[in-house]
Amino acid sequence: MTASGTFGYGLEFADFVNLEDIGGIIVKGTTLYPREGNPYPRMAETPQGMLNCVGLQNKGVDYFCKYIYPQIEGIGTNMIVNVSGSCCEDYAECAARIGELEHIPAIELNISCPNVKEGGMAFGVTPQGAESVVKAVREAYRKTLIVKLSPNVTDIAEIARSVEAAGADAVSLINTLMGMAIDIEKRRPVLSISTGGLSGPAVKPVALRMVWQVAKAVRIPVVGLGGIMNAADAIEFMLAGATAIEIGTANFIDPAITVKVARGIDEYLERHGYASVQDIIGRLEA
Amino acid sequence: MKKYILDLKVTASEHLREGYVLLKLTDDIPLPQMLPGQFAELKVDGSETTFLRRPISINYVDERQNEVWFLIHEVGAGTRKLGELVPGCRLNVVMPLGKGFTLPENPGTKVLLVGGGVGTAPLLYLGKKMAETGCHPTFLLGGRSAGDLLQLEMFQELGDVYVTTEDGSAGERGFVTQHSILSRAHFDRIATCGPKPMMMAVARYAREAGIPCEVSLENSMACGLGACLCCVENTKEGHVCVCKEGPVFNIDQLLWQI
Repeated sequence: MTASGTFGYGLEFADFVNLEDIGGIIVKGTTLYPREGNPYPRMAETPQGMLNCVGLQNKGVDYFCKYIYPQIEGIGTNMIVNVSGSCCEDYAECAARIGELEHIPAIELNISCPNVKEGGMAFGVTPQGAESVVKAVREAYRKTLIVKLSPNVTDIAEIARSVEAAGADAVSLINTLMGMAIDIEKRRPVLSISTGGLSGPAVKPVALRMVWQVAKAVRIPVVGLGGIMNAADAIEFMLAGATAIEIGTANFIDPAITVKVARGIDEYLERHGYASVQDIIGRLEA
Repeated sequence: MKKYILDLKVTASEHLREGYVLLKLTDDIPLPQMLPGQFAELKVDGSETTFLRRPISINYVDERQNEVWFLIHEVGAGTRKLGELVPGCRLNVVMPLGKGFTLPENPGTKVLLVGGGVGTAPLLYLGKKMAETGCHPTFLLGGRSAGDLLQLEMFQELGDVYVTTEDGSAGERGFVTQHSILSRAHFDRIATCGPKPMMMAVARYAREAGIPCEVSLENSMACGLGACLCCVENTKEGHVCVCKEGPVFNIDQLLWQI
């Protein structure tokens, strides 16, 4: 699948890949009300990665339903909407609105955005916060509910267990790691709000470790993401216990990376004589 | 316009002066159609500190040679690596990206193209496209000193060229907005690319003179495709992606305090 915020609505990449060859497209973070996001500059290139502080810029769920959905409902893959909010009621109402859309089979609940002052990550860093928002959304939303977890916590397995108990169908991890970059000539932070979320290969070892820990802690499927740049990276996540993977920042370097990773996984399975990905999910020899 | 991922072949790598390299690239098949003002995302291989592609404007398209040119200003590790490419190397390019400059409908339109530093790069292809439609553009090009003025001979083939340098080593001394041509001639349209303070000064001149003006922005960007929302400019329509809705904007769309 493609990670939210890195693949637009899929349409932006239609010139490069057959969108239907991708298992799922998780579209931009959507909130109940429109958000302008944070001021520019929002991006800093870092060693083997990048920081962003976009801040959930989007035109709101009404705009999505009216103008975006008609453009994407016909895409023959799992079109999944990433849902964010600043209070439980907003999350639930936004999820309910998305739930009315026939061709959106799932949502990914973003309780882990590090770039907004209220809500976002605030829900995702305590078991109680995570549980309250997942419960509220679960009551309002009947289809598949994936909850995206923050790595900016002491014990991610604990959060994952509380999300599972609250009714999540799956968890995805990790969202970005909170970071910072400084322009030493200006003695100022590079990003407009000083801090941002780190993504790219730099975060991969952390993401892999967390996926491994969470996969052991919950019974629901785990979706792994964080710095996957190629098929080998994706296979590592699957061996660590990920049922599915998301590709994010790598889309910026190679807009056709998704299908290459899928092909690479197939080649790996064939080379090792495995019948399907089921043969490698969580099959880490330890 | 359809976008492509291409492995282009370097046919020439010309060091125009210290820190400036002109890359000429070709492909075995005809290159896609490109509009002046559009840009490409160039992949940088072999640099430990460069992660993202480098957005570089299209400098020139030579249809007969099936070549696209990029003028690289070596400002960091990524652009320095691009400057090391030699003929025969392959360079992975995503293009064409963004929206370009408006081409005048009437050949009689008097267009002023104002460039500063490496910002003159897209104006060469723009000037070529204008000349093809019968338009005779005027170029006003600025630099710190004579050595900063690149590709002057090519500009001179396409239109009238006026220059300014801050040290007076070529053309009139001072900034582009201080050049005497601005008080001697009338223009119907202005297009500009260069350092932001220069473009703001040009935009201020254009607004005061009531001349439509387009500027080409270079906000730092990641994807180049309108997906990551990093390169936004605050406009009358809110935050919009420079890579997708720009990089060329009419100054009336922007919220610049000019």
